[in-house]
Amino acid sequence: MSKDFLATVMIWLTALLISGFFLYLLTDMLIHGLDRLSWAYLLDAPLDAGRSGGIAPIVTATAILVLIAIIVAAPLGLATAVLLTEFTRQKSHFGRFVERSLDVLASVPSIIFGLFGNAFFCLFLGLGFSLLSGGLTLACMALPILIRSAVEGLRSAPDEYRLAAAALGMTRGAALLHLLLPTAAPALAAGLMLGIGRAGAETAALIFTSGYVDRMPESWFDSGRALSVHIYDLAMNVPGGDASAHAAALVLVLLLFTINSIAMGLTRRWQRGRIHSL
Amino acid sequence: MIWSWHNILSLSRTDSILAALLRLCALLSAAIVILILLFLISESWPVLQHVPLSRFISDASWHPAQGLYNIAPMLGATLLSSLGAVLLATPLGIASALFCHYYAPTALAIWHRRTIALLAGIPSVVYGFWGLTTLAPLIGRLHPPGVSLLTGIVVLTMMILPTVALTVDAALAGVPAAYLRGAAALGLTRWSMINGVVLPAARSGIASGIMLAAVRAIGETMAILMVAGNVVQYPDSLFASVRTLTANIALEMAYAMGDHRAALFVTGLALLAMVLLLVGFAEFFKQDAAHV
Amino acid sequence: MKVSMDDTDKNSEAQQSYTLGPLQSGPHCCDPRPLISVTDLSLHYGAKTALENVSLDIYQGCITALIGPSGCGKTSFLSALNRLTDMLPGCHVSGRIRFNDLDVCDPDLDVRLLRRDIGMIFQKPVPFPLSVRRNIELPLREHGMRRQAEIDAVVQQVLQDVGLWDEVKDRLNSPAQALSGGQQQRLCIARALALQPKVLLMDEPCSALDPIASGVVEDLILRLQGRYTVVIVTHNLAQARRIANYAGFLWMRERTGRLIEFGQCRQIFEAPAHALTASYVNGERG
Ligand SMILES: Nc1ncnc2c1ncn2[C@@H]1O[C@H](COP(=O)(O)OP(=O)(O)OP(=O)(O)O)[C@@H](O)[C@H]1O
Ligand SMILES: [Mg+2]
Repeated sequence: MSKDFLATVMIWLTALLISGFFLYLLTDMLIHGLDRLSWAYLLDAPLDAGRSGGIAPIVTATAILVLIAIIVAAPLGLATAVLLTEFTRQKSHFGRFVERSLDVLASVPSIIFGLFGNAFFCLFLGLGFSLLSGGLTLACMALPILIRSAVEGLRSAPDEYRLAAAALGMTRGAALLHLLLPTAAPALAAGLMLGIGRAGAETAALIFTSGYVDRMPESWFDSGRALSVHIYDLAMNVPGGDASAHAAALVLVLLLFTINSIAMGLTRRWQRGRIHSL
Repeated sequence: MIWSWHNILSLSRTDSILAALLRLCALLSAAIVILILLFLISESWPVLQHVPLSRFISDASWHPAQGLYNIAPMLGATLLSSLGAVLLATPLGIASALFCHYYAPTALAIWHRRTIALLAGIPSVVYGFWGLTTLAPLIGRLHPPGVSLLTGIVVLTMMILPTVALTVDAALAGVPAAYLRGAAALGLTRWSMINGVVLPAARSGIASGIMLAAVRAIGETMAILMVAGNVVQYPDSLFASVRTLTANIALEMAYAMGDHRAALFVTGLALLAMVLLLVGFAEFFKQDAAHV
Repeated sequence: MKVSMDDTDKNSEAQQSYTLGPLQSGPHCCDPRPLISVTDLSLHYGAKTALENVSLDIYQGCITALIGPSGCGKTSFLSALNRLTDMLPGCHVSGRIRFNDLDVCDPDLDVRLLRRDIGMIFQKPVPFPLSVRRNIELPLREHGMRRQAEIDAVVQQVLQDVGLWDEVKDRLNSPAQALSGGQQQRLCIARALALQPKVLLMDEPCSALDPIASGVVEDLILRLQGRYTVVIVTHNLAQARRIANYAGFLWMRERTGRLIEFGQCRQIFEAPAHALTASYVNGERG
């Protein structure tokens, strides 16, 4: 009896601790971040190594990086997911090989992606320190997330659609396009959001692929500084940059919260839809 | 009625073309991991050629400019900080998942899960920044300098807590309801039901969750880089500054040349080897779970 | 107008009953000759044998009913006829199936053309998550029909054939999944008819429906007789007896499905040659 009571108390305390920490983190960031946050901060270029001025070029660079990552990774990921679910038997060697290597890819630390991006995109392919190098590196990182969610979405599309479409003499491609992908759409969208979130949060993989330059990027061959790299730089290398860093951190976290909330909402809708269609 | 027969045949062919195209894409996706391994090895080759692997743990110190490549202290720091974080995050994460399943009213559980999911989405650089500006001064008051192994462990714990909580949550969801009904029918208390039935039934899921969290902890760069102090040394206490393998790469890649750069890639290989080992274990546990 | 059911021998009187019915789609086929002949068909799922040595002929323009206990391989048999077995993991078919001088088991056969000629209706209605109209339009377009006027004409015609036109003509653009179960099943039949198949395979088409809806679908199947060749699987022996010209009885022996008896419907139900058949149709076993 007393053991049961003790466990109950401990578990409630833990939950309280986690929620309390979350609220503390959030208010801490709001209090410090709101000091500097303003429209001007969002729309100006950074001055004095970021101590004053704004973050416009940095937000732009971040957006370009994420965009490149998603434009490259989404089609590749969707194609891979479709192959795994619709065009290979689950026990085929090729399918297993692909799934296994994606599992490994998902657990590769981001700093390793940074090393790889530097060696492969920057030097080997000669793209240099550029948004393109950074975006492609992020694409490699986001790929397993996109594939995993797409596979899940497609696997849960009812098999009856596949059989009924085949019985009507439709190609697999047509069944996919008209029936399966629309059914899996919310799951695909949720995965896309998660991928964007992952790419937007990344720092370590970008330091030596897309670089530090905080000027407004003019093309994707320019070096550019991501928001997360900006926070890191202000906190570690720029004395007196804390106020600016707080504001940038708030912007980044709010952006990511929005994206993650959309992803969660889509996932919930998708799961509800599944229950209704059963 | 006009049927374009030609169209049908060509459509049928599009299926095989589509399949070939998809295979190519999948091959490309799968090749990335192999490319990563290949480039890590080829970039570290210059130094591996004339420095035997044993010197990476037996050299006097880490001074790449003087040709000294001892990564052992950083390896130790990585292992210690990860171990500490996993030891702290495991009970917290399990408790949080149990809370959602067996203690909280439904509405509260939903909110708690949402909180955890949002915590999981906070970027590591923000955790690091928070640790640097808020946590490190606190710990510094206890024992200077504040940026230390302990700070690193605490921040890492926060970061991997959602991973443990979410995977254990999924594992608990997979425990058959019949077990619970059986236990309840025996008149067990909630805790003895959890301790005696639920946790054993979910143990392989929990184990693979802990492995995944350890993978995250070992691979984490920014947070630990910002709060652990980055002195290459064996820590003599929890309050000593340490530098992890990941932090070392991030700090020195910017200016490293020649053998120094190659040595950093060797560090990367060591890191990757550790992670793959853990993933292998996790896979093992997952298969174990499939057999049960 | 309905096919009169009190024919003593449906096949000898087939000539008359075939021309009955207000059905507009489908050609007349008043010549009961074997359209599909199955020889020594065996079907395996991995190491498990689901069907062994099944041989029978499906007659053109007739309704053939397959009866037998659950799990004896009726669905598997139907799937083999339109090569839907290709889609089932681990499924392997051996033996010979000829359809109109076509070798169904030929690996080089264009299965899309085969499946257009042999339509299939499933136990659970499978309306696609599209509008009523798009449900019929999608396969038509996939088979190369492009002109909208032509498509609309087919849609109307097949919906009239299944008696659904009056019920749905005002909601052609609303989701098909909002229809009732019976309407959904008739929509699925209409969708199959739109492709002008020669054969319709029906896998327990009424078992998910209430008695009224089931009766409507049954009437519909009867009206298909003579225009289409129908193979229907049913657990409802009375229904089989009411609508079929031929019947086949499958039974599990040593965990493998076998064809015990095949013949004219009346003979199977009234004078079965096999003791097993007799006890099954009399409700003593199975
Ligand atoms: N996809 C599959 N994989 C493996 N075995 C299968 C598969 N489909 C069916 N079987 C097996 O093959 C046998 C025949 O199944 P089938 O569905 O053809 O039976 P049925 O006569 O249609 O039964 P019911 O009347 O219940 O629909 C069964 O023992 C079943 O377990
Ligand atoms: Mg069946």
